[in-house]
This record gives sequence, C-alpha cells and structure tokens, in this order.
Amino acid sequence: MYKLTVEGLYKRYGDIEVLKGVSLKAKKGDVVSLIGASGSGKSTFLRCLNFLEIPNAGTITLDNEPIRLEPDDHGLRVADDKQLQHLRTRLAMVFQHFNLWSHMTVLENITIAPRRVLGVNKQEAEARARAYLDKVGLPSHLADQYPAFLSGGQQQRVAIARALAMEPEIMLFDEPTSALDPELVGEVLKVIQSLAEEGRTMLMVTHEMGFAREVSTQVVFLHQGRVEEAGAPSKVLVNPQSERLQHFLSGNLK
Amino acid sequence: MSQTTFDTFLENLGLGALSLHGYGPLLLEGTWMTLKLAILSLIVSVILGLLGASAKLSPLKALRLPAALYTTLIRGVPDLVLMLLIFYSLQNWLGELTDYMDWDYIEINPLSAGVITLGFIYGAYFTETFRGAMLAVPHGQTEAAIAYGMTRAQTFFRITFPQMMRFALPGIGNNWQVLLKATALVSIIGLSDIVTATQEAGKNTYKIFYFLILGGLIYLLITALSNQVLNWLERRYSAGVREAVR
Repeated sequence: MYKLTVEGLYKRYGDIEVLKGVSLKAKKGDVVSLIGASGSGKSTFLRCLNFLEIPNAGTITLDNEPIRLEPDDHGLRVADDKQLQHLRTRLAMVFQHFNLWSHMTVLENITIAPRRVLGVNKQEAEARARAYLDKVGLPSHLADQYPAFLSGGQQQRVAIARALAMEPEIMLFDEPTSALDPELVGEVLKVIQSLAEEGRTMLMVTHEMGFAREVSTQVVFLHQGRVEEAGAPSKVLVNPQSERLQHFLSGNLK
Repeated sequence: MSQTTFDTFLENLGLGALSLHGYGPLLLEGTWMTLKLAILSLIVSVILGLLGASAKLSPLKALRLPAALYTTLIRGVPDLVLMLLIFYSLQNWLGELTDYMDWDYIEINPLSAGVITLGFIYGAYFTETFRGAMLAVPHGQTEAAIAYGMTRAQTFFRITFPQMMRFALPGIGNNWQVLLKATALVSIIGLSDIVTATQEAGKNTYKIFYFLILGGLIYLLITALSNQVLNWLERRYSAGVREAVR
C-alpha cells in the first residue's frame, strides 16, 4: 500500500504548461528526491501536493483516501475545505526561504500551528517545541529569539522543527538549502539526513546531488514538466539512461 | 477649584491675562466632543479601511471595482463638500428608509452623523494606507500560514495583521492627525467642539485671538499625546525586526 499516490498531475499558468502529467508513488518511509533544472516543474509539483498551487488536472491520494477535487473556472478546486485543512496538517512543508513568521519568537513559530490548528494545549505544544529544537540541534536559549537574529542555517532548522511539531505523515522540503550560504548547508543537511534515517516519509526538491544519492530511496528527474527518469538513486544517479539526465548530472556532479 | 479661585490664583502669579473668564467648562466640553468625534470616527474609518484594502486586493472584480470607486471618489472631492453632502443627505435617506419600512421616524443625532461622515471619508484614506501595508508583508509569510492549515481568519489576524501594522503605523499616524483636525469642520454642522467653544468664548469676551490660540494649543496637545501612543505602538509592532532595534 502506498502512502502517497499522485497520478497525471497537470498545472498550467495561462498558456504555459508547467506540469504535463506527473505521477509518483511513495511508500511509508520513502525519501523521494525530485531533481531537475530550474523550470522543470519540481517545485510546482511539490506545491501542488498541499494545494499551495491548485493543479488543473490529476489525482492525489493519501493513504487510499483521494483528495476530492471539483472543476471551477481555473481548473480544479478542493471540494471540501475541511479535508483540505486536514490534508495540510498531515503534510508539513519546509520552504526554500524558511518563511518563519518574523513577528514571532522561535518558540511561538513552532507552537502556533499545533495550538491553533491541531488544538494542542500550550504546555504540551511548548514541550514538543523544545524537544524538536533539541532534535534539530539548536540550544534552548534560542527559543525566545526572533528569527531575524538567527543565521540562515539556524532559521532553516527552526523551520524544520516547526514542521516536525505538526507530527506530519509526510514532510515536504522545497530546496531547503538553496538559500543558504555554502558553509551553512551542511548543518541543515545533517538534520534532514537524521530524519530520513528515522524512517520518515519525505519528498524533497533538491540540487544537492551527493545528498540525494545518499539519503533517497527514490530519485525522480523532471524535465519540462514530465518525469524523464525515475528509480533508485544507485541507478538513476550513477547510471542514467536518458541523455538529458546524463547532461544534467554532468553539469551538477563535480 | 472653582473658576473664581482659579482666576485669583492666576492673578497672584501675575498671569491674570490667562483667565478663561468662566469659559473653562465650555472649553472642556468642546474638547471632549472633539475627542469623542475623532476617536469614534477613527474606529469607523479603520474598519472601513481594512475592508476596503481587502476588497482592493481581492481577486474578485466585483469587490475591487466598488472599492476603487470609493477611494477615487472620496479622495478626489474636498472633505467639506462631502461632509455637507453626506451630513444633510443622511437624515433624508434615513427618513425615506423609515417611511418605506413603515418604522417610526428616527432622528439622527449630530454626533452620529459626524462620526458616520468622517468615518466614511477617512475610511478611503485608511484603505490606501492598509493596502500599501498589506502589500509590504512578504508573500511567504501568508503562504506558510496556509501551508500549516491555518484558516483565512487565523492567517489574517495572527500573521498578516501584526506584520502589516509596522508598515501601516506611519500612515495611520498621519491620517489620525488629519482626521482630528478635520473634526473642526463639524462645528459648521452644529456640533459644539473645540472650535465652537473657543469662538463663543472669544466673541463674548472680545478676546478672539486669545481663545483661538488656546483652541489651537488644545489640538496640539492632543496630537502630541497621540504621537507618544503611536511611537509605543511602532515599537511594539517592530518586535523581531532587526533594523528597528534601538
């Protein structure tokens, strides 16, 4: 049984087709890396999964429960707001630019969604927050800091703690290290790797090929809105079949 | 302290010229009226401004158009003209409405009329202030809220509003001062505000300039005090902003 099944996802912006029927299956504990050149649609695909972008066609099924979509003027919309909200609490996203709420302290950033969306009480939410801060390797005194006073690597680790605090079934990483200074990339990758080793189900858009090879169970190479090649990293990344992937990797792996 | 003892006190200080000639209570009443009018109008215009800004930024044309009409019309016509128009037509509209609905005649009191009029006018200015402030909040902030399952109301009140306030406050302060001074216009539609009180005191005592200056000083005092409040609010809403640390 698959945790997540996506079939035939299409996304159009005006006349530009960004996704042209992307399908993907992930089992519990899978770590799926989405790779491809910029503009290949990998971020859009990830954002369609929690409906930050509304796909124009396709189906998304979580635990055999399809997300009900109905057509409207723009393509599709989620039929049931409750189901949408529930879906979003089950998939937690980590953004490229962290998107920590700048007017809240680190602790508030991590506790607000569990408290206001999941209904966890304050004490429980704060205890969780501190545990997850510890897990991502941040000292507890940072809990009362505002995000702007942290380094990029620290901010992204707070964002990961924020995602963990939702105790999600799937974590979505949208280029989690692309906005970081090179010397800060390692600390964030280390955290993500430890999460992968715990058996968490994760989907990750990344440009870190070495990392993708090390932690993924599955690599999906997107090219111009289509899956060009997919499979185990030992195959796809080591012995690519398609010319485009070979070309892409030769530019990326040094 | 009664008026006479206050006057004696001033004379003993050699400041007899500053006597209010018994018009102290009237000036106080006028000040209270101005404050009531300004604060109630502020509340109305902030609410209208938030609604107007949301409408202007809405993806729905049916909301954007009326909001655009509102700000264009109101900001393009002098306050005084609008005030006379709205003030005099309010009572007529209400009369027609009560007739039509077969209700008892409702007489609108001058204070409510003033609040509605000023609130409606300044709502247009607040619409623009809030629209600019909402645009200044980075998109990623609301996106993260949505991605974590917050409802639209939660996203607005917990994320957008606290963040936009930092950008809105300078404009709010500006609008507030203009609004406060615009309340002086209501004296011509029959409300006894600071201007009415100082005019009456001035005419009766033949000290027109003295009381006018006094009136001006009262406005200045109110704006100076409200600046303190605004500064405090700006500090409060700058929590977490690195550049704002002082």
